Amino acid sequence: MAEKLIPITLKVNGREYKVEVKPNETLLFVLRNKLNIKSVKGSCYRGECGVCTVLLNGKPVKSCLVLAVEADGAEITTLEGLAPFGTLAPIQKAFLEHGAFQCGFCTSGFILTAHWLLTHNPDATEEEIKEAISGLICRCTGYKQIIEAIKAAAKYYKQDKQKQ
Amino acid sequence: MKYVGKSIPRIDREKVAGDAEYAYDFTLPGMVYAKLVAAPYAHAKILKVKYDEALKVPGVLAVFTGADFPFKVGIYAADRDVLAREKVLYYGHPVAAVVAETLEAAEKAAELIEVEYEPLPPVLDALEAMKPDAPLVHEKLHEYKHAPFIYPKPGTNIATYLKLRKGNIEEGFSKADVVVENTYYEPLISQGYLENWVGIARVKSDGTVEIWSSHQSPFAVRNLLATSLGLPIHKVVVHHMYLGGGFGGKAGLLLEHIPVLFSMKLGGRPVRLELNREENSFYMAQRAGYYFKMKTGATKDGKLVAHWGEYILDAGAYADYTVNIARSVGLKPFGPFEIEHVHVDSYAVYTNKVPTTAFRGFGLMEVLFAAERQMDLLAKKLGMDPVEFRLKNVLVPGKSLTHTQERLREDAGDPAGAIREAARLIEWGKPPEQPKEPWKFRGKGFAAFWKGPVQPSNAAASAIVKLNDDGSVDVLVGTGEMGQGTITALAQIVAEELGIPVEKIRIAPERRTDMVAYTWQTVGSRGLFSDGQALIRALEDLKSQIRKIAAQVFRVFEDQIEIRDGKACVVGEPWECISLAEMALGYMYPNGNAIGGPLIGRGSHVPVRNTIPDPETGKSVPAPFYTFGAGAVEVEVDLISGRVKVLKAVMVLDTPAINPMLVAGQVYGGTVMGINIALIEELKFDENGRLLNPNFTEYKVARAGDIPDEMIFKTLGVGQKDAPYGAKGVGELTMLPWPAAVANAIANAIGVELYELPMKPDKIIEEVKKQRPELLEKVKEALKIKG
Repeated sequence: MAEKLIPITLKVNGREYKVEVKPNETLLFVLRNKLNIKSVKGSCYRGECGVCTVLLNGKPVKSCLVLAVEADGAEITTLEGLAPFGTLAPIQKAFLEHGAFQCGFCTSGFILTAHWLLTHNPDATEEEIKEAISGLICRCTGYKQIIEAIKAAAKYYKQDKQKQ
Repeated sequence: MKYVGKSIPRIDREKVAGDAEYAYDFTLPGMVYAKLVAAPYAHAKILKVKYDEALKVPGVLAVFTGADFPFKVGIYAADRDVLAREKVLYYGHPVAAVVAETLEAAEKAAELIEVEYEPLPPVLDALEAMKPDAPLVHEKLHEYKHAPFIYPKPGTNIATYLKLRKGNIEEGFSKADVVVENTYYEPLISQGYLENWVGIARVKSDGTVEIWSSHQSPFAVRNLLATSLGLPIHKVVVHHMYLGGGFGGKAGLLLEHIPVLFSMKLGGRPVRLELNREENSFYMAQRAGYYFKMKTGATKDGKLVAHWGEYILDAGAYADYTVNIARSVGLKPFGPFEIEHVHVDSYAVYTNKVPTTAFRGFGLMEVLFAAERQMDLLAKKLGMDPVEFRLKNVLVPGKSLTHTQERLREDAGDPAGAIREAARLIEWGKPPEQPKEPWKFRGKGFAAFWKGPVQPSNAAASAIVKLNDDGSVDVLVGTGEMGQGTITALAQIVAEELGIPVEKIRIAPERRTDMVAYTWQTVGSRGLFSDGQALIRALEDLKSQIRKIAAQVFRVFEDQIEIRDGKACVVGEPWECISLAEMALGYMYPNGNAIGGPLIGRGSHVPVRNTIPDPETGKSVPAPFYTFGAGAVEVEVDLISGRVKVLKAVMVLDTPAINPMLVAGQVYGGTVMGINIALIEELKFDENGRLLNPNFTEYKVARAGDIPDEMIFKTLGVGQKDAPYGAKGVGELTMLPWPAAVANAIANAIGVELYELPMKPDKIIEEVKKQRPELLEKVKEALKIKG
C-alpha cells in the first residue's frame, strides 16, 4: 500500500519550499529531514520540552505537535531566520553576552520564544518572562542567565516599537 | 590580566546562530537505520525470538539477536550483552534489532518480532539484592573480565566493594560523647540531558571503524570500542561533535558498539541508531540509587572522632561507571572534615533495573546529603551551631589528613573560608523573617562540600598549539564540549599567554581522535585543570621556540625576548619586534635565508603524586586537586500543600574563575538541578520493575518557574599553584550541597528531620504528621480562625 503524498507549501525564513509530505509527518520531521533545517531540534516528541519550537505565522509552536499538512501555506521562522546570515539579532546577541546557553540544544526554542514575547510585550516583567518560557526545558543553565538575556534584549524591541 | 578572569562570551557562538552541529544532526549518504526491540519483563528467560515476518517488510536488511554477538562488553567490568542473550535483565532491555533502508521500515519490522519469555522473579531493591537468597542478576559473574581495582563477588549480586579504614573505629566511638546513627535513601534518577543518544557508524574496507555519536569523551569511546571489539586503537576513529548535555550520562560505555557491529555485518554501510526519549531512558544508563547507613560520633566539645558507614548503591542491571562511584563515595565517605577514625564499606549491587552510570558529582552529592545531615544532627545533639561545628572540624590544608590519610597540600584551597563566606552571605545566625500566613514556615540550612576528580592515577591530557601565518592559532585538545564551557576558558588562556585576541584562536567544534591531542575523559570536573595544564605547557613550548627565533634575529639571549600583543620584542625596546605572523612558518631574513619553520607547541599533563588506593584501607592520594565550597539556603515550607520553595541559595567556591560568567552559569545550573533533585526527581518503578516515568511528562525536571527567587555565588580566588591560573574544577561541584542544605533548612523551619529523597509534598506532610503533629493542629486552628 503506497502511502499518499500531499503537496504543501511552506515559507521558511522568507523562502518558499514546495514539498510532498505524508499525512502523519510532523512539521518537525519535515523541517529537519526534508528541508534540512537542523537548528530545530527534537527531544521528547510529545510537546513537553520545547526544543522543537518554531514560529508559525509569528507564534511559537512546538513543531513536534504540528502536522506538516496543518502548516500548509504558513510562514515559519526558525533560528536562522532571525538575522541575515553571519549576523546576530539583538536577542541572539543578548544570549551570547549573558551566557544564556550551555550545551545549546534548547537554545533555538528559547530564543524564538523570547523573540515572540518581546515583539509583543517589550515591557515583559520577570514573571511574564518566566511564564513565556515555562513550556521549555533547559537542563543546563538554571534559567537565570536566560531571563537576564531576555530582559537585556527588551530595550531593542522597545526601540523598534517606537520606530513603528 | 587581559583575558583570564574576564567574562567574555562563549566561543561556541554557532549555538545562538543555529548552525552548531550535533551528532543528532549528522547524516551520511546511504545511511540505514537501526531499531531496537525492548523486553517487557524485568527478569526473564528468552525462550525464542521469531522474526520471519519482520524480514518480509520491504526495506529490511537484517534482524539481529543476542546470538549474533556472543561476547560481553563493559567499561570496568564486561557485564553487558550487546543484545540480551539467554535472559533479559531489566524492563526495556534490548533483545533484538532491525536494520532497514528507512526508519519507518525498521520500526514496522521491529513490531513484528515476537519474543517468547519465561518470567523469572526480579530483584528490585539493593538491600534485597544483598541478601544471600536473592535471585542472581548475573549468574556468571565469575566469568566476567574486570579492571583490577573492581572486586565483584561471584555467587552474589555484588558488582564491587571498597573498604576504607582509618584509625581504629572502636577506639573512635569509645571517645565519642554523642553519636547519631541513621539510614538515608536516595532513588535512581535520570541525568535528563536533552539530546537523546544517537550514533552513526561505518566501517571502511581497510578495517577502519568510524563513529559520530553523542558522547562526552571521544578518547574513552575509542578505547572502549577498541577493547570491546578487539580492534587496534588507530583503526577506531571517533568523531566528537557538540553534545546536547551529558551530566555523566554520556561518559561510560554507551551504545556505539551497536551501530558499529551492525555496519560490520552489513558490508560497511553507514548505520544510524537514534533513540527517542523513552528509549533513551531504557537503553542509556541512568543514575544509581543509594542507601547510606551512617554512624558518626563527636566529643562533647564538638570534635568529630568516628565515622562508620555502609554504603549500598543500586547499580541496576549493568554497573558501568557505578562500580567506580562506589569507590568515589567510599574514598570520600564524608564531608571536608578531619575524622581520626573512619570505617566504611561501600558496595555496588546489581538489581533488575535500568543500568546505571555516572551523574554530575559522581556520588558526592548523594553521600553529602547523608553526611551533611549527620553533621546537623550531631550539632543539634551537641547544642552547637551547625556552622561553628563545621568550622571546628574542617580540613586544614597543609595539616589535616583526609579520610584516605592524605595530607592535604598546603595550597589545596580554603575550605574554612568558603564556609565562613557562605554563612555571611546567607546571614547565618539571623533568623528568617516568618511570613504572615501561619501555615508557612521559613528556615535556613547549610552544607559544606568538596570533590576532586575520580580517575586513574595516570589519567593524562595533552594539547597542541599551531601558529598560523597570520598570527592566528589553531588549538587541538581532546576534551569534549557539552556546554560546560571548558573550550572558552582554554581559549582565554591562549589569548593571555600569547597576547592575542580570542577571535584569533580556533578550537574546532569537532574532535577526531586521530587528529586532536589525547585526553583521558571529559568527566570529573577535570577538563580545565588537566587539559588546561597541558595547554599551558604547549604554550610554553611554543613561546620558547618563538623566543629562540627572535633571540637569533635580534642577537640577544632568549630571556631578553618578551612576547606580548602577538609580537616577540626585545626587553626594554618594545619597538624592536617581530610579529608572530612573521615567524609562524619560519622567519625569513631580507636576503631570503629562512630559519625556524612552522611553529607547533606541544604539552602534556599527568596527575602528579597520585596513588592507587590500598585495597585494605583505601589509603591513597586519589586526586590531583580538590575544590572546596559551601552552600546555604533559605526555604519556605507550606504546610497546606507540603511544598518547599527555596527563596535564596548561596554558593561559595574557593577556586579562582577563568571566566566568572561561565562559572556563574555552572553554579546557577547546578543549583537548580541539585534543588530539583532534592525536591522532586525520582525514577519510578512498579512492583514488576517496569519504569513508569521514562519521559519529561512524568519525570519532572525544573522549569523557569521553579528556580529560587535569589541565587548568589562567590569565588574566593584561592588557587592551587599547579592549576591553570590557579583554577580548579567547578562543573560538578555546583550540585553538591543542595539536597543536604535543603533538608537541613526544612528541619530548621518545621523541626522535621528527613532522611530520604526526594522531599516531595506528600512525604513532608506525612513526616510532619509523624514528627510534629501539633504543628499541623496549629495550622488547622489558624485556618479555622481565619475562616
